[in-house]
Amino acid sequence: MKNIDSKGHVTGKSIYLDDIPTIQGTLFGVIFDSPVAHGHIESIDYSKALALPGIQTILTSKEIPGENQIGGIFPDEELFAEEDVHFQGQPIALILAESEHIAFQARKLIEIKITEKEAIVDPREARKKNQLIFPPRTFSLGNTDSAWSQCAHIFEGQADTNGQEHLYIEMQGAYASPLENGNIRVSSSTQGPTAVQRTIAKVLGMGMHKIEVDVVRLGGGFGGKEDQATPWAVMAALGAHVLKKPVKVVLHRMDDMRMTGKRHPYSSDYKIGLHEDLKILAYEVIFHQNAGAAADLSPAVMERTLFHSTNSYFVPNVKATAYSCKTNLPPNTAFRGFGGPQGMFVIEAALVHAANELGISAHELQKKNLLQDGDEFPYGQIAADVGLTQIWSDMEAKFDIKGAEKRVSDFNSKNSDKKKGFSLQPIAFGISFTKTPMNQARALVHIYSDGSVGVSTGAVEMGQGVNTKMLQIAADMFSIDPSKVRLESTNTTRVANTSPTAASATADLNGKALQNACYALLTRLKKSAADHFGSAASDIQFKDEQVINSGKATDMTWNQLIDQAFLERVCLTENGHYATPIINFDKEKEKGHPFAYHVYGLALTEVTVDCIRGTYEFDSVKIVHDFGESMNLPVDIGQIEGGLVQGIGWMTMEELDYDKKGKLRSNSLSTYKIPDIYSVPKEVLIEALETEGAEQAILKSKAVGEPPLMYGLGAYFAIQNAVRAFNPDAQQTFDAPFTHEKVLMGLYQI
Amino acid sequence: MVEFILNNERINSNKPTGSLLLDFVRHDKALTGTKIGCREGDCGACTVLIGELIDDQMKYQQVTSCLTPISNVHGKHVVTVEGLNMEDLSPVQKYMVDEAGTQCGFCTVGFVVSLTGFCLANSAPTYEGAIAAINGNICRCTGYKSIERAAKHVTNSLANKDTNETVNWLAEHKFIPAYFDDIRSLLEEIEPAHIIQGTGELVGGGTDVYVQKPDELIVKNVGTIASDPGLRFIEIENGTCILGGGTTVSDLLESEALRQLFPRLSEHIILVSSSLIRNISTLAGNFVNASPIGDFSAFFLALNAKITLTENKQSRSILLKDFYKGYKDLDKSDGEIITSISFEVPTNDSHFNLEKVSKRTHLDIASVNTAIQISVVDNAIASAHISAGGIGPIPTYLRTTGEFLEGKEISTENIKVANEILQLEISPISDVRGTADYKRLLLRQLFFAHFIKLFPDQITLESLQ
Repeated sequence: MKNIDSKGHVTGKSIYLDDIPTIQGTLFGVIFDSPVAHGHIESIDYSKALALPGIQTILTSKEIPGENQIGGIFPDEELFAEEDVHFQGQPIALILAESEHIAFQARKLIEIKITEKEAIVDPREARKKNQLIFPPRTFSLGNTDSAWSQCAHIFEGQADTNGQEHLYIEMQGAYASPLENGNIRVSSSTQGPTAVQRTIAKVLGMGMHKIEVDVVRLGGGFGGKEDQATPWAVMAALGAHVLKKPVKVVLHRMDDMRMTGKRHPYSSDYKIGLHEDLKILAYEVIFHQNAGAAADLSPAVMERTLFHSTNSYFVPNVKATAYSCKTNLPPNTAFRGFGGPQGMFVIEAALVHAANELGISAHELQKKNLLQDGDEFPYGQIAADVGLTQIWSDMEAKFDIKGAEKRVSDFNSKNSDKKKGFSLQPIAFGISFTKTPMNQARALVHIYSDGSVGVSTGAVEMGQGVNTKMLQIAADMFSIDPSKVRLESTNTTRVANTSPTAASATADLNGKALQNACYALLTRLKKSAADHFGSAASDIQFKDEQVINSGKATDMTWNQLIDQAFLERVCLTENGHYATPIINFDKEKEKGHPFAYHVYGLALTEVTVDCIRGTYEFDSVKIVHDFGESMNLPVDIGQIEGGLVQGIGWMTMEELDYDKKGKLRSNSLSTYKIPDIYSVPKEVLIEALETEGAEQAILKSKAVGEPPLMYGLGAYFAIQNAVRAFNPDAQQTFDAPFTHEKVLMGLYQI
Repeated sequence: MVEFILNNERINSNKPTGSLLLDFVRHDKALTGTKIGCREGDCGACTVLIGELIDDQMKYQQVTSCLTPISNVHGKHVVTVEGLNMEDLSPVQKYMVDEAGTQCGFCTVGFVVSLTGFCLANSAPTYEGAIAAINGNICRCTGYKSIERAAKHVTNSLANKDTNETVNWLAEHKFIPAYFDDIRSLLEEIEPAHIIQGTGELVGGGTDVYVQKPDELIVKNVGTIASDPGLRFIEIENGTCILGGGTTVSDLLESEALRQLFPRLSEHIILVSSSLIRNISTLAGNFVNASPIGDFSAFFLALNAKITLTENKQSRSILLKDFYKGYKDLDKSDGEIITSISFEVPTNDSHFNLEKVSKRTHLDIASVNTAIQISVVDNAIASAHISAGGIGPIPTYLRTTGEFLEGKEISTENIKVANEILQLEISPISDVRGTADYKRLLLRQLFFAHFIKLFPDQITLESLQ
């Protein structure tokens, strides 16, 4: 089935937050934010701004009736800074005016005096100064201390990855309207409607029941609207609450880039030890996560870094420690992969380092150490249904790894101006929220008396096609035409206490809740039909909107059955609930079974580097991916292609640039570059691993949102491979992204 | 008063002429299919088509409405996605759906409009042309592969297009609604206003000033030069090529005469911004903006071009290299505009090359750019004009390096020495586009690249190392 939104998208009829018709009397909000990364506010003079015609008011922490607090995991983040500012772009006040233009003019008239304090931007410096968001954590397996002596080869080094701007094309925003009795309705471009609702209630000092949050769709999220869609929605709601008028807050691009957190930069140290037979015996790693100025989701992101510290390899002795370092950057947050890619980059760097030193191909080492069924992850879960060996041999069979290696080396021996490089990038990504209680969902299904169906779930549609998958489930289970099913907006009054749309798990969780709801309705409808035909409920089936009795078509249609059931006063509404079984995790022991299943895959990347100019082009990326049994291949392939390119962007041209004072220099689309149509691999080929799929995946169709991003890691190592073909003396550094600058400097490094 | 046709509706607007087309369609006309993504011409979510009657034929181009003042669409046909919708999906829309070319959908309308602009071009369709049409549209979801597949189908579906009757053919084959056939006569009814005499400042294509100071301009009655045919021309006379200051970058690319003078022109121009911007950005704007990394500053400096500045019908001509006095400091009075640019037509002995490297190869501002025009007679360099951007406060004419090369042979040794001289002529600083060390190394490499590309039999990368 095609994405159900696609016709609306190509005709411009799909409604995003900023397209909601403006209600009369709406005020427009623009945020006044900190001009420095760290300092003490001495005074703020709003008088000139307030005197501007068209300005309604300026809201600060003083107008907050409840708590000035928006921290999700820890209460460590003010909505509006009161005394001190901790990052450039930290909101201080909300200017409300008759038009956005006037509000922007007013912002220029606000005079602020700040005593600047020293800013920390480097996570290692933060660790030295003991500026940690929370205490460090360590995952361990076996005993590394005693393992080193058995290692034939030991390599140590540093591996860093920079952050990444989400760059959803639709910017952050919310639109709040006051309702009667002090209630408020908020439309929000958020992945987490419940988080928005909960936080508004806290800041306004009222019950969650008074706040309704509605989400139609997002113009991209990628994690950037999981927690960080909240402040703007809270501000809009505060404005609506104080002024009793509708308030719209939609960020401009440069405000969005400056004020919001991004993928966490990491700086890490590794030590890897190999046996003579090239099996990894021991691996130690210390991660320094650059969390920014507040916790946001950093604790959960850091945890996933630890979960994925050994990627798709079995290592018998592991010690992985992570520090969440508090710096004066905007609080960094969720981004597709959620800390996993940062952890995986480090072990890949360690393997490439080892391979280069030993004079062998990195893929030999990778292949030798692939995870097998029964292997233990450092967090205690036992690997099951591991597809990696099969995936690797599929890659060899379908895309000829040796052939690629030869092609690259032949090209390099014949060409001096250009060099090719290649890499293999295996992935193993765990599916589930690592915080076990979040693995639950609900779905509300109404069958209307005319036989049409309305479905509400906690899933937020942001382009990933989750609503299409939900519609498929309902239409298939009822065996009715998809046009009879409507996917409703995600709304906290219909589906409450939701987990955010995140962790790749949304289709699994909400889809299974939807299945439960449909199943309950089918049970009642079958009984109704069985009563009519005088048969047993087990004899009844539905097929193409017809009722089947004991295997034979009847003259009763779906619509007639619904009509009959309604007259019989059968309940045609059901709320389905689902909680993932099996999973658990004990944080005291740092052991458990946190993931419902893993997604596996392998990417072969080939790149050509222009050795005159230091630029590069990706010739191809060939992927063997474990879809399970894909329930919608076009949607899933879209996730792979899109995730891959986003990962390549992170590894290549996307260079987040904060200066030493914590000021964002890459603060617009002209200074922060994401892939355009010319920079994507010329060829992307995707093969599906033949597998039975995982029971805990929806219809055995495995989660696909995040894993493909990590195929992009291969871009870094392919470029490095090519640079070293030109300049074998190039110092081996692992410092992503591999920008054109780093390539040229590497090519001509003496 | 600005008059134009918006989709199939005639518009008379008394809004400030500097107000933006994007805000007009979204806010005043509630046509919310056109999206706001960046307001600086870097994402394409706000793409609309602008059609004008040129030489008795409708010519449509895709542009960013976020940088286009309404004054620049006077007498023209503005098309948003709502103006493309028909009862059934157009082939462009259909292929985007079929190939899953849309995920979150926020950028999608821009792609649909740009691809329709590609269909509307009065030229034979090629796949490269289809991709070029959408090279200013950024998508964060799909990774573009599905959009490429859709573009392939769109190209194939145009195989029988009648390029003499593009609009008719497309309307007949349901690529565009039937009302397009009537636009021509509607446009003829609008009084032309070649130069809208504003009370505020003068705007060309708007692609720089609306990035720099939109808040100031949107409330003003800006004057426009974009529609003045007297400023938009390309002529070659008596060995001199003269270009109007309002000539757009796309005009250069479409000029048969220029393509003959510069066989690699399309290779060079594809490195400059995107189709969406090239369709409106002017040469004069590129010079006046005075960015140290202006691509056409580098291009024309190497041609040793002259510019003509005019104010109140008084004109003067100066060499472009003398125009730049310091960072954003120009030899130009407030009232002067660049009315034309001229350069001597290159001789058969002459070779030209432009090099540019940026973080992203396309649709990006250069880390370093450089151009060279070198004429060689009997293996001796008769003249060499070399320019570079991104290595100092102004677009730089590398006088000493050029002078050194004059009279010398094309040889590895001379090029190496010339680079040493070049390095003394530049003063790059570290910024978001690269460190100073990188820019020095990069200019050396791009300087070498000129010779490797122009004289491949004599100069190789290996020999220069």
